[in-house]
Amino acid sequence: MRQIFASLWQRLFGDSGRAFGVVSVIFLASLAIAPAKNFFSEWRHYQHGYLKTIRNRSEANSLQRHFKPGIQQIWLPELAVVDRCTSCHVGLKEQSITDVSTQPFRTHPAIPHKLDQFGCTICHRGQGAATTVSEAHDSTLAWEQPILPAKYIESSCGECHRGPLPGTPVLNQGRTLLSRYGCVNCHMVKLPDGSTLKASDNPPSLSHISDKTTREWIYAWLKDPQAYSVSATMPNFKLSDDDARDISAFLIANSTAVPGDSDSLSAKPAADPSAGPSLYGESFCASCHAVQNAAGNVVGGDVGPELTRIGSKVKPEWLQSWLRDPRVYDPGTAMPHYRFNDPQVATLSGFLLSKTDSDLLANVHLDATTPDQIAHGKRLVSDYGCASCHEIAGIKKPENFAPELSRIGSKSITQLIFLPGMQHTLPDYLAGKIKQPRAFSPNLRMPQYAFTTAQIDALTTALLALNERSTTLPASLAVAGAPESDYQPAGKAGKLMADLACFSCHRINGHGSDMAPDLTWEGSSVQREWLVQFFKNPGTLRPALIRRMPRFNLSDSEVNELTDYMMTVYQNPSVDRDSMPLSGYSQGEVELGKQLFYGKYSCQGCHILDTKTDKGYIGPTLTHVGSRLTAAWIFKWMKNPQALRAGTAEPNRAMTDEDARALTAFLISQKGRANSEVAKK
Amino acid sequence: MIRHFSTIAAVVIAVLATSLATSCSRKTESAPPLKPTAFGAAIIESSGGKQFAQIGALLQQPVVVQVNDEQGAAVVGALVEFAAPTGVTFDPTSGLTDSSGQVTTNVSLGGMAGRYQLVASTIDKSHKKVELKIEEIALGYQQTLGRRLNDQYCERCHNPESTVERVSNYDNLEIKPHPFTEGDTLNKLNDADLTAIVTHGGPALNKSALMPAWGNTLSKSDIEALISYIRAVSDPPSRQAGPVYTEN
Repeated sequence: MRQIFASLWQRLFGDSGRAFGVVSVIFLASLAIAPAKNFFSEWRHYQHGYLKTIRNRSEANSLQRHFKPGIQQIWLPELAVVDRCTSCHVGLKEQSITDVSTQPFRTHPAIPHKLDQFGCTICHRGQGAATTVSEAHDSTLAWEQPILPAKYIESSCGECHRGPLPGTPVLNQGRTLLSRYGCVNCHMVKLPDGSTLKASDNPPSLSHISDKTTREWIYAWLKDPQAYSVSATMPNFKLSDDDARDISAFLIANSTAVPGDSDSLSAKPAADPSAGPSLYGESFCASCHAVQNAAGNVVGGDVGPELTRIGSKVKPEWLQSWLRDPRVYDPGTAMPHYRFNDPQVATLSGFLLSKTDSDLLANVHLDATTPDQIAHGKRLVSDYGCASCHEIAGIKKPENFAPELSRIGSKSITQLIFLPGMQHTLPDYLAGKIKQPRAFSPNLRMPQYAFTTAQIDALTTALLALNERSTTLPASLAVAGAPESDYQPAGKAGKLMADLACFSCHRINGHGSDMAPDLTWEGSSVQREWLVQFFKNPGTLRPALIRRMPRFNLSDSEVNELTDYMMTVYQNPSVDRDSMPLSGYSQGEVELGKQLFYGKYSCQGCHILDTKTDKGYIGPTLTHVGSRLTAAWIFKWMKNPQALRAGTAEPNRAMTDEDARALTAFLISQKGRANSEVAKK
Repeated sequence: MIRHFSTIAAVVIAVLATSLATSCSRKTESAPPLKPTAFGAAIIESSGGKQFAQIGALLQQPVVVQVNDEQGAAVVGALVEFAAPTGVTFDPTSGLTDSSGQVTTNVSLGGMAGRYQLVASTIDKSHKKVELKIEEIALGYQQTLGRRLNDQYCERCHNPESTVERVSNYDNLEIKPHPFTEGDTLNKLNDADLTAIVTHGGPALNKSALMPAWGNTLSKSDIEALISYIRAVSDPPSRQAGPVYTEN
């Protein structure tokens, strides 16, 4: 052994010449390691692949010209971006290779931003400076941000864009859900602009709950809210039988009566069994309240609670008082005060009380409460943070009940505890936690929500957007959303509008809901007499709509109060009501308008003007439009509808003044007489 | 003595290292393979094909396939397996047909816009694979924007189907508009023609004036987005629909 080694040594380093030669060779070989590593690198392999892919294409020459060999880099110091992704993703900007489906050569789909201005990792996450696939895409010990899965990609839009965007439905939905399901009642979310995200779920006060319902119902509800109503936003706290018993005991014992909300009613419901359903229909209760049909589908609006099993929940006296005037029990409710008379209240409550489910309370048998149970119930109410959402007399709303989520999208994964079998990424953690919070620990207080997979993805997307970058973004890059309006009309009319809950359906000056038309310029738009008649008896304007204006049974003085206010205050400065007359247009103009209506602009595709010939279903019926709208409004509307009501489906036809005037003349001549003639025939 | 001691130490270290390595390695627990109790001759789509959803998103309706025998009767207990290109996930990935001969799976699409070809397969009596190909459409950013514009401005006339919330105006129109899935007609129009119709209305191509001009309501990029949506959903597919992803 020693001999062999000695002879080898002799052969290699025997004399100085030999030694020099051998050392040089070793030295050269080791010098070659770096260039060799470079030569066999992944990005070079992909660049070769790309050249091979484009070689036989017809536009090979131009593609070849665009191709730049070597490591490519997008450097944006302001955003701290150093992205070398384009070293492998070479074809990102080539519009002619959209048919190539193999990565990393695909064209980037069209987006509103330029790749050179934003780089890649701003949206996709990952490690931009890396030049190998695994370092760039996966998380490493030194770099925790792996590539963001495509289903969460809209979260990156939300880092800069604080308001809803037309192209990010998932992000918009997620942000709405954070408010709608009351997540922010327990978890504080401070937005980058300094404001705090507000809840919009409006959970009812529990201070007077025993007026409304029984202890048995509360028990059943606490055990499984979705058993009562599949669309309930209330989560399931997975309470034990004893805990549900004690909380219900406490809530009933803690409840105080509201004077006037449990008055018994002497009127009897109408004898006709169809009177109840038809009053329910006429009052458009379904615009806000849903009912589960036989097929299991929940049909109706989601402003108010689902009414499928309402008869198993409420006390009859309470329901009657509520229908008479909901503001006695809850001054802030979204429910309008309908001004039903006593027989109507009796009829409607009779119909609603018949919606029962005998299974719901069949197995609920509660013994009389003990002081211990009530005391334990009170402790549980504090422990579970019930007062974070609900007002409960004697219990303060806890502050910072759950962890703040303002920067949850940058949470380090070393701080997270994952479930076995789970991928170790932040999006997976968030989605898993929302899906099954108690799986992470049975002692967690976070309840079980009944979210669908799509809702969980949307919530995760919205949470991922709440991160370090979104909070530290240079102000010049942030795109603010529309500021929230807290507009409230003033005076007596304002009080009346609050009582009628106009804002539950209509929007005025940026405040309110989108269910019904925006009324910001209603005073410029309609004629006074029409508005008076409409309040008294709301007719059908849009035949295809299932949600319509209900009749509130207003008194004449209330109608006048509202009409005067709206006609005076809701005026558009660019529409001068008196600038165009309501009659006196020449026959020639009216005739020209008719030709334009049916010919050039083919308005009958969407509107019904003559009920004999027109069928259009989309816009409002125009048979009486001359008695409804002002001429000045019609003219302005013809010229540019979106200027008067943003987002309206009526297309802007860029009409000349002559065309718009002729159409105005024709439309204002439609006073509804033709219609009554048809009726006579 | 020292040598003896070091041997023991080496053994202990080796044992520790092995146990550490085994405990740290990720366990890949897979469910026990399903055993079919019956074999069919054909596999057909019951519902859930040709849906469109945003990239990465769950399809709104599940995909339902049915296994039939030679006579076309439903087979109970046949094994159906789903396969698809990278990025697509199934829940579940396989199953035995239920009492009506069907297997239902929820599908999430991959992260790139385009068409995804799913393959549902079953095994027949001679242990041969019988396959069914189903296509689903993933919409990218631009197409999603186009879909929103379609919902707001176009769909009420161009989609003959009514829903509870939206009554279709299709039947009320004397000259019928083309549904956007109608590839046979729409694929023959190039982008310039489609843009002209949307911008200037039907008369721009000697078509009905019932189609109004949207050029002053929608921006140029809106119209581009709308066309990219129309191209993505047309059936048969447009040449511009983007690539079809198939399992390799």
